[in-house]
Amino acid sequence: MDLRYTEEEEAFRLEIRAWLSAVLPTLPAKPASTDWPARRAYDTHWQRTLYEAGYAGIDWPVDGGGRGSSPVEQLIFKEECEFAEAPYIGTGFVGLGHAGPTIIAEGTQAQKERYLPAILKGDEIWCQGFSEPGSGSDLASLRTKAVRDGDEYIINGSKIWTSHAEVADYCEMLVRTGDDDSRHRGISWLIVPMDTPGIEIRPLTTIGGSTEFAELFLDDVRVPVANRVGDENDGWRVTMVTLSFERGTGFVGDLLESMRILRSLTELAKRTGLWGDPSIRRRIASLTAAFDGLWALTKRNVSEAARLGVPGVGGVVFKLSYSENGQALCDLGLDLLERSGLAASSIAGADSLGDLPNAELVEAWIKGISLTIAAGTSQIQRNIVAERVLGLPKEPK
Amino acid sequence: MDFQLSDDQRALQEGIRSLINGAISLEEIRTKEGADDTVEQAWWDALNDAGVFSLLVAEQDGGVGLSLADGVVVAEELARGLVPGPLLSTMALGPGLADAAGGMPIALIDQQSPNSAVPLLLEHPQTVKSIVVLPHMGDAAGQCRRLDPSTLTLSMVDEPLDPLTPLAVVQGTLPEGEAIDGLDAVGLRQRSLVLLGAAQVGIAEVTVELAVEYAKGREQFGRPIGSFQAVKHLLADALCRTELARSACWAAAVTLDNNDVATREADTLSCSPGEVRWRVAAGAKMLADDAALANARTAIQVYGGMGFTWEVPIHLYLKRARVLAQTLATRTQLADLLSALI
Repeated sequence: MDLRYTEEEEAFRLEIRAWLSAVLPTLPAKPASTDWPARRAYDTHWQRTLYEAGYAGIDWPVDGGGRGSSPVEQLIFKEECEFAEAPYIGTGFVGLGHAGPTIIAEGTQAQKERYLPAILKGDEIWCQGFSEPGSGSDLASLRTKAVRDGDEYIINGSKIWTSHAEVADYCEMLVRTGDDDSRHRGISWLIVPMDTPGIEIRPLTTIGGSTEFAELFLDDVRVPVANRVGDENDGWRVTMVTLSFERGTGFVGDLLESMRILRSLTELAKRTGLWGDPSIRRRIASLTAAFDGLWALTKRNVSEAARLGVPGVGGVVFKLSYSENGQALCDLGLDLLERSGLAASSIAGADSLGDLPNAELVEAWIKGISLTIAAGTSQIQRNIVAERVLGLPKEPK
Repeated sequence: MDFQLSDDQRALQEGIRSLINGAISLEEIRTKEGADDTVEQAWWDALNDAGVFSLLVAEQDGGVGLSLADGVVVAEELARGLVPGPLLSTMALGPGLADAAGGMPIALIDQQSPNSAVPLLLEHPQTVKSIVVLPHMGDAAGQCRRLDPSTLTLSMVDEPLDPLTPLAVVQGTLPEGEAIDGLDAVGLRQRSLVLLGAAQVGIAEVTVELAVEYAKGREQFGRPIGSFQAVKHLLADALCRTELARSACWAAAVTLDNNDVATREADTLSCSPGEVRWRVAAGAKMLADDAALANARTAIQVYGGMGFTWEVPIHLYLKRARVLAQTLATRTQLADLLSALI
C-alpha cells in the first residue's frame, strides 16, 4: 500500500503544470454548447496543441504513435489538466478513447498509418455506431447488416446514441456479417466514412435540449472490405480487446470535477445561509467522504492496472459508486439553488451567488440523470459485479 | 505508487486469518454469548504472541515496527473473525503506551462533553486492566489520561446489544486519573478511527461472503436465489460499499503513516496536511460504518427468515458493526467533523 509518487513522477507533474499554465491562456474562447462545428474546431485545436507538445495519446502505446505513459503518469496528467481546467477531450473522445486503440490493437499496418496520426493530431473526428434502437444493453443482438459485394460491404440498418455524428469524419461501426441469430459470433468492426452516400443523420434531442446524440440511418451504404478491422465475424472480440486499454483513469477528470463542484457548492451554501442547516452540512460531508473514497479507489484501480497490465474489476465498482454519488451531488446543487433551480438559463441574482452560475448547475443536474444509463446502465453493471466478481449464477435465458 | 496489498501485507493477512481460524474459531467464540467476560485468555495470548498489540510499535521500542497500513489489514481480519475484546484500543495505544504494546488489555473511552446526558459505557469491563480517556474532541489542547478501572463504580448492563461485547455503566463522574505524557491525543484518535473503519470493512466483506454462499446454494422456484437480479443487485451494491470503504481506510492509513502523502493530498483536496489527516480518518470511518451496517442488513435480507434467527451468525456481525459505529464518533459526529473541515 503505497501512495507516494516517485521523483520522476513529481517532476512530470511540475512539467505538465508549467506547460498548462503557459498554454491555457492562449486558447480561444469556449464556443456555445449548441454550436457543434465550433465545438469540433475548439476540441481539435486543443488536440493539435497537445500533439505539438508531445502529450497527444498519453494513454496510447508508443508503437501506436502515443506517449506510452505509465498508468500513474496518466493519472497525474489528468489530475493536472482538471486542476488547470484544461479543455475536455470532447468530440475527440471516440477516436482517442476507442477507435484509435482498436486500430492499434487489431488494425493492419496500412490502417494504422492512415488513421492513427490523424486522430492524434486532431485532424479527424470519429463517432461510434454500436447501439441500435433494438440493441442497447444486449448489444450482441444488433441487426444492422453488412453484405459482401465484391470488395465492398453494403450496409443497411440503423444506429442510435451516436454522439457527435454531425461533425464526425468516421464511424467505428459494428455490423452483422453472420447469420441473423449468430449474436457475438457474427459481428464485424468497420471503418465507415461519414460522407459515404446513404447515411442519414437525425439528431436526437436530450431532456437537456442538447443534440449531441443522433440516430444514423444506413441505406445501401457501400464501404470497402479493406475498412474492416480484424477478421470477418470477429468484431465482438475486436471490440472487447480495446477495453483492455483502460488503465483505471477513465473517470479521473469527472471525479475531480465533481470534487471541485462540491467545493463550489459548499461556498454557495455558506453564501446563501443554507450551511446553517445541519442536514445540508451533513449531506456535503457524506459526499466529501464518498468522493475522497472514490479518489482512493481510483488509485487502487490504477495500481492494479499497472501491476496486471490490464484493467481489473475495480472499474465497474467505481462506475456504479461514482454514478450514484454524482447524481447526489447534482441533486444537492439544485436543492441549494432553491427556486433559482427552476431556470435553465442564467437569471439575475442567482448567477452570481457562487462561482457556478445557476444555469450550469441545472445543466449538470439534467446531465447527471444519464450517469446511471450511459456506458452501461447501473443494472447491467450490477449484473457484471454479481456474476464476475461475486460469482453468482447467471440468470437462466 | 502501488496502492494494493504488498506481498508482506498479503502474508500478514493470511497469517492472522489462519491464526484466528485455528485458535479463535467462531464456534468457540459463540460459546461466550451473553457472558460477562467474553475474552478467553488463550485467545488474547495468541494474538499477543503474534504481535498484534505491538504491531504499530517501532522496532527500537521493542515492537513489530509495522505501519498503520499493516494495522488495517489486521483489524479487518480480527473483525472478520468476530474476535471479541478491547483489541483495537489496545492496538491503537501500543505506540506510546508500553503496557498496551506488552499486551495489557486497555480500553479507550471518550471524554464526553460536560453537558452530555448519555451514560458512559465501558466495553469489556472484566477484561480491561486499564483505561485511557481521550480528551473531548473539541478540546484541542487536552491530554490523554489514565484510569485504574478499580477506581470506577461500574454496574453491568444486563443485555448488551452485542452479546459478545459486555458493557458496564460508569456511575458518577470520571475520576481525574493521571495525565499521560507523550501520548498524542490527536494521532491516537485518528488512528483509532481508521482501525475502527478497517474493522467495519472486515464485517462488510465477510457478511457479503456469507450471503453470496447462501444465495448460490439456496434454491427457490427451481433455481438458486442468487441467479435472480433482485438478489444479485443487493449484493453487488454491498460489494461496492465494501470496496469504496476499504479504499478509503487504506488511503487514510497510508496518509497518516506518511507526511509526504498528506502533503500531496493537501494539494489535491485544497486544504492543509493537518486537515487532510482528520478528513481522511473521519471519511474512512463514515464510509466503513455505512458499509458494515448496510451489508450486514443486506446479508440478513438475503438469508430471509433464517437470517432473522439467532443461529445464523450474521446478526452478531450486525450488532458488532453497531458497537463499532457508536465508538469514538457516530455518523453524525463524523459528518460534523468533516463539515467543520470543508
